[in-house]
Amino acid sequence: MAGQTLFEKIWDKHVVVARDDGQTLLYIDRHLCHDGSINGFGQLRAAGRKVRRPRQTFATPDHYTPTHTSDLSTIEDPLAHEIATAIDKNCEEFGVTLFPWGDERQGIAHVVGPEQGITLPGITLVCGDSHTSTHGALGCISFGIGASEVAHVMATQAIWQRKPKTMRINIEGTLGFGITGKDVIIAIIREISAAGGTGHAIEYAGSAIREMSMEGRMTICNMTIEAGSRTGMVAPDDKTIEYVAGRPFAPEGEKWDQAVAYWRSLPSDDDATFDKDVTLDGGAIEPMVTWGNSPENAVGVGETLPDPAGEADKDKRAAMEAAYDYMDLKPGMPVTDITVDKVFIGACTNARIEDIRAAAEVAKGRKAVVQTLIVPGSGLVKKQAEAEGLDKIFIDAGMEWRLPGCSMCVGVNGDDLRPGERSASTSNRNFRGRQGPGSRTHLVSPAMAAAAAVTGRFTDVREMKQGN
Amino acid sequence: MEAFTTFTSHGIPVDIVNCDTDQIIPARFLRRKKTDADYPKFLFHDLRFDADGSEKPDFIYNKAPYRDGGIIVADLNWGCGSSRENAVYVLVANGIRAVIAPSFGDIHYNNCTKQGVLPVRLERKDCDTLRRQLHDEPGAEIAFDLEAQTVTGPDGAVYAFEIGAFDKEKLLQGLDDISLTEQYDSEFEAFEAKHQADHDWLY
Repeated sequence: MAGQTLFEKIWDKHVVVARDDGQTLLYIDRHLCHDGSINGFGQLRAAGRKVRRPRQTFATPDHYTPTHTSDLSTIEDPLAHEIATAIDKNCEEFGVTLFPWGDERQGIAHVVGPEQGITLPGITLVCGDSHTSTHGALGCISFGIGASEVAHVMATQAIWQRKPKTMRINIEGTLGFGITGKDVIIAIIREISAAGGTGHAIEYAGSAIREMSMEGRMTICNMTIEAGSRTGMVAPDDKTIEYVAGRPFAPEGEKWDQAVAYWRSLPSDDDATFDKDVTLDGGAIEPMVTWGNSPENAVGVGETLPDPAGEADKDKRAAMEAAYDYMDLKPGMPVTDITVDKVFIGACTNARIEDIRAAAEVAKGRKAVVQTLIVPGSGLVKKQAEAEGLDKIFIDAGMEWRLPGCSMCVGVNGDDLRPGERSASTSNRNFRGRQGPGSRTHLVSPAMAAAAAVTGRFTDVREMKQGN
Repeated sequence: MEAFTTFTSHGIPVDIVNCDTDQIIPARFLRRKKTDADYPKFLFHDLRFDADGSEKPDFIYNKAPYRDGGIIVADLNWGCGSSRENAVYVLVANGIRAVIAPSFGDIHYNNCTKQGVLPVRLERKDCDTLRRQLHDEPGAEIAFDLEAQTVTGPDGAVYAFEIGAFDKEKLLQGLDDISLTEQYDSEFEAFEAKHQADHDWLY
């Protein structure tokens, strides 16, 4: 028998029912909810059902909470206020563990899950948010689901799925100085396209992934959905196990030993085969900047913007032309000529402590020339950053040190761009209007965003760091 | 959900590669209830309306007869991006019951099947042909027969499509997943007991 992949090993352990038609009822070990899961709770209540396994269900508000004040009564729109606060009564009514607003454990669901030890290697985890792919960095199967699926998981602790194909993306070699997980994933999406992973579960492998921190791996898995795949994973290793150890909801004592033994068995077998295998040279990746309205519209900071005439596919060419029009940019322009109006450092992509440190390293001793929001991913990230004095570095640089939440990634909580404004943003989507109607978003790493904040334009952060 | 058996309507060609769910319904409308009288207007809102609320006359969905169409024919990676099921509610609110595209965002595809909207994957060249026909002949009709798994284009050309037997059965009967899953309760209980025994550290 051929060897198995990481994905297949975990999948096989969670099959409740495998129908002849290829449909599988998959057991769900952990379900994460957020304020936007209100539709799922509503569907459950309308159907007169309960949460089947409330102890395996966790929630935290993130999408609709403000980042400039701890007072939720300041949310002016009554519908937004209802969503931001309904999570309290929903969790109480259904017996779900809540990290409520104001609790230091509150934050972005995809930061909180790993931080609390809710996310563990070898498990299945779902959440009503497409960036649930993040959790796979710990070596689990995690994917985003819609509201009806949220209600289904609440009611049944399982979900109907078809087994996806598998894809391995190898990042070989050593990443260059100043290159982060964010640059790697944007480079991958440029290479395979925004639909390159559709229908596949992706395993990231290769020496550059093995060498990468857990935070970097989470950033890569986070943006897997931007490559069309719902599930990104990295095989658990010593780094993973060390990361999980001692977290509040992680197993302890004898149970820990059992868990570790299982986790050690998970990496893909040497003779396992994947439906697709892609390899990129990690050493060739530059700091990346997106220029258009799809994450596949990306270039290295040293490049000029591409000419649509070079795109063979006529529909993609039309999309590029439309993106140039919307973004008010021209082919051939050097990336470093693009100026920005606002900078956002945060989101489930890049709001972990390593990200905040990377931004602080660049901000230290410099001054922001545009409005800059630094939004930690959780109360605990905020506390850690403050213990390291990073908040003071940002404040001294004229930047805004905010409260945890999704903030300017999603345009529903008051943090956004005005029409026509341009951002350097560490979030994950540069779609039209994503940061507010008419907004123009460029995706970058935290260090590149901080460099844009202090120079007012895209700048190769490697040159600034060498000057430090 | 409403069952889907056969459906015929005129088609709306949407010539946008990677048409993400933020384009289908911008995030600021996600807070609004499906019962909101304005809900249908949220479809393609920022592509359809200027900042002052006036319609952009060139956008396909603002043109007659496309604005009354019940079928979208799209391009690569339709519905990529966010998991928002609202991107399906807003189709249903406008009477759109089927989408044909060369590829779909995986989450959006699943969301469609939960709300009685039929997602149909066809070859990209066939999608291109259908969109061209819809541009050439506004109001041209497309017909679906889910049981037979066929799409009939305006010129009578018949295209076969694939759909999982499970999704097909649910759509044909308008079944909701939860009641279907409950039929497997004994399998669930047996699975969970063994899962817990094997992975006690999870509980």
